Amino acid sequence: MKEIRLHGIGGMGTVKAGELLVRAAVAAGKYGNSMPFFGFERQGAPVASYVRLGDQKIRAKNQVYSPDCVIIQDPSLLISTPVFEGLKKDSYVILNTRQEDPRDVVKSPNVRCLAYLDATAIALNLLGRPIPNTIMLGAFVRATGWVEKEGVERVVEEVFGTKNVEAFRLGYEEAKIVMFE
Amino acid sequence: MSEVKVINGNMAAAMGACLCRPDIIAAYPITPQTPIVEYLADFVTGGRLGSSVSEVESELSAMSVCTGASLAGSRVFTATASQGLALMYEPYFRASTLRLPIVMAVANREMISPQTLWGGPQDSLTVRDAGWLQIYVEDNQEILDTLIMAYRIAEDKKVLLPINVCFDGFYLSHMSERVEIPDQESVDAFLPAYAPEHIILDPRRPMAVDPLTNGYLLTEYRLKHMMAQQNALKLLEAVDEEFGERFGRSYGGAVEEYRCEDADYVMVTMGSMTGVAKDCVDEARRAGKKVGLLKIRMVRPFPAERVARVLMGRKAFGVIDRNVSFGWNTGIIYEEVCASMNRAAAFVPNIPFIAGLGGEDITAEHIRYAIDEVMNHAEDSVKQDTVWLNREDKGR
Repeated sequence: MKEIRLHGIGGMGTVKAGELLVRAAVAAGKYGNSMPFFGFERQGAPVASYVRLGDQKIRAKNQVYSPDCVIIQDPSLLISTPVFEGLKKDSYVILNTRQEDPRDVVKSPNVRCLAYLDATAIALNLLGRPIPNTIMLGAFVRATGWVEKEGVERVVEEVFGTKNVEAFRLGYEEAKIVMFE
Repeated sequence: MSEVKVINGNMAAAMGACLCRPDIIAAYPITPQTPIVEYLADFVTGGRLGSSVSEVESELSAMSVCTGASLAGSRVFTATASQGLALMYEPYFRASTLRLPIVMAVANREMISPQTLWGGPQDSLTVRDAGWLQIYVEDNQEILDTLIMAYRIAEDKKVLLPINVCFDGFYLSHMSERVEIPDQESVDAFLPAYAPEHIILDPRRPMAVDPLTNGYLLTEYRLKHMMAQQNALKLLEAVDEEFGERFGRSYGGAVEEYRCEDADYVMVTMGSMTGVAKDCVDEARRAGKKVGLLKIRMVRPFPAERVARVLMGRKAFGVIDRNVSFGWNTGIIYEEVCASMNRAAAFVPNIPFIAGLGGEDITAEHIRYAIDEVMNHAEDSVKQDTVWLNREDKGR
C-alpha cells in the first residue's frame, strides 16, 4: 500500500486531485481511498488531502501520518505547513516551485526522489487560472509510476475535459527529477 | 450487472436508498449529510429515481412527512445528522411507537456545544432508547449494502419498526473509495414491495390510528415493540446471510468477530475506527500478541448475548467509544457491553476508552496504545477509569 499526502491552498483542487488518483487506480482493478482533511476549509487557506492506494481492500479510514509521497501544490506551503512531517524512508516529494534548483528546500533525510516544476506558470499559460492540480498529478505519475499514465488521463478527461489532459501531460513531461543518495 | 464506482459515503447512502425505490423522500440538509439530499434530488430530476421528493423547511417536518407518508402505505427515506436529529425528536419517537418502517440514514456528527460540525455518533446514540433499530457501519460499501438490508428488516411483518443506518460523518460521508453497486433487478428480487397491513390510512378501510390509550394497553404496545426489536436482531443475522449468498458480501449480522477465535484480549470498536483497529490487530498478531476485535454493528437492540459470548473467558477486553455517556464517565457502548456481561453473569477485566470526539482522528497510535493498556493493565483493578485517548500524551 502507498500513502500519499497532498498539500494545497483552498481552491486548487487538492481534494479532487486525490480522488482522481483513486478513480484511476480502481479503474485499473486496484483499491484506494481518498479523504480531505476536515478543518476550517476556505479559499486561500492551507488544505490537505490523504490518499491510500493498494492491491487489496484498504481498511484504514483516517489521516495519513507517514506518507510514501507528499505533493506540495504551492511553494508557500513550505513555510506555512510541516509538509515533510512523517515521510517514510525512500519517499517522494512532488513540488510546485519557480526555483531552478530546489534541492535545498527538502528538509527530510528520508526523501529519495524530488520531482519539481513551475506548475503555476503552466496552469496560467494553459488554463488561464493558477490551478496546478492536474499538472502536479502528471509530475507525480512520472516520478512514482504508482498509477498508470493512461488511466489518469482518462479520468482527468472525464472530470475536467481535454484541456486538463494537456495540462497533465505537460506536468508529466516537464517535471525535473532529482534522486538523493 | 453490478458496477464498480469510486464514491463517498453520502453517495453510497443515496445510491443504496435509490436502489430501494422509496415512494417518498423528505429530508432537510445539514452538514455532513447535505450531499445525500442533493444526490437524491439529482436522481429524481435525472429520471433515475421515481420518488416524490417533498421539500420541507426543517427536520421536524421531514420526519412528520415521512410519518404521514408511511401511514399512507409508502416506502419512505430520509437522512439527517446531529442538531437535525435533535430537532426531529418528537416525530422520531412517534415513528417507532406507531411501528412505521421508515429508513433513515444518519451521517453521524458530534452534538453542540461548543460549536462543532465534525464526525461522531453522539447524535444517534443519544436517542438509542426511542424505539428505533440502529445499525452502525464501517465503510462505504457497508453503508450501501446495509441500507438495502435495512428495508428488508424494517418492513418484515415480525418487525415493522423504523431503522437508522449510521455512519461517521466526514470519515465516511466525505471519504471516497471503491464501492460495488448492485443492479436494480437483483435488489428488486431481494427486496419485495412494501405492503402494509398493520396500520394504514386508507378511506376504503377505516382504522382507528393512535387513539388515546390507557396504560394497560400501552404496556401491551411497549412489550410487543420490544419483542419486535428482538425479532429484528434474529432477522438481521438471516438477512445478512441471504444478502451474502446473493451479492457476495455479508457483515456478520449484529456484530463482526475479527481474529477472535483464540484471542486472549479483545478490542471492541464501532464505525469507521474499525478499519485501522483491524490493521493494528494484525500488527499485534504478527508480534505474537493474541488480540482480536469485536465490531458492534447493531446498537438497538443491543446484541447482548452474542457480545457476552465473544468476551466471556478472555483475559481482558477494551471498549473504544467515540462518544460520551454523560453520568457514567465512560462511553455509551462500554456501558452496553458491561450490561451484557452482567446479564451473562460474567466478569472479564476491562478498560473503557474514549477517543475521536468532535471528529478528532483515531490513529493507529491510539489503538496500539489501547491494546497495550488492555494487555498490561486491565487486570490491575476491577474498576478502571476511562482512558481518554486524545488527551495528554495517551497514544500520541
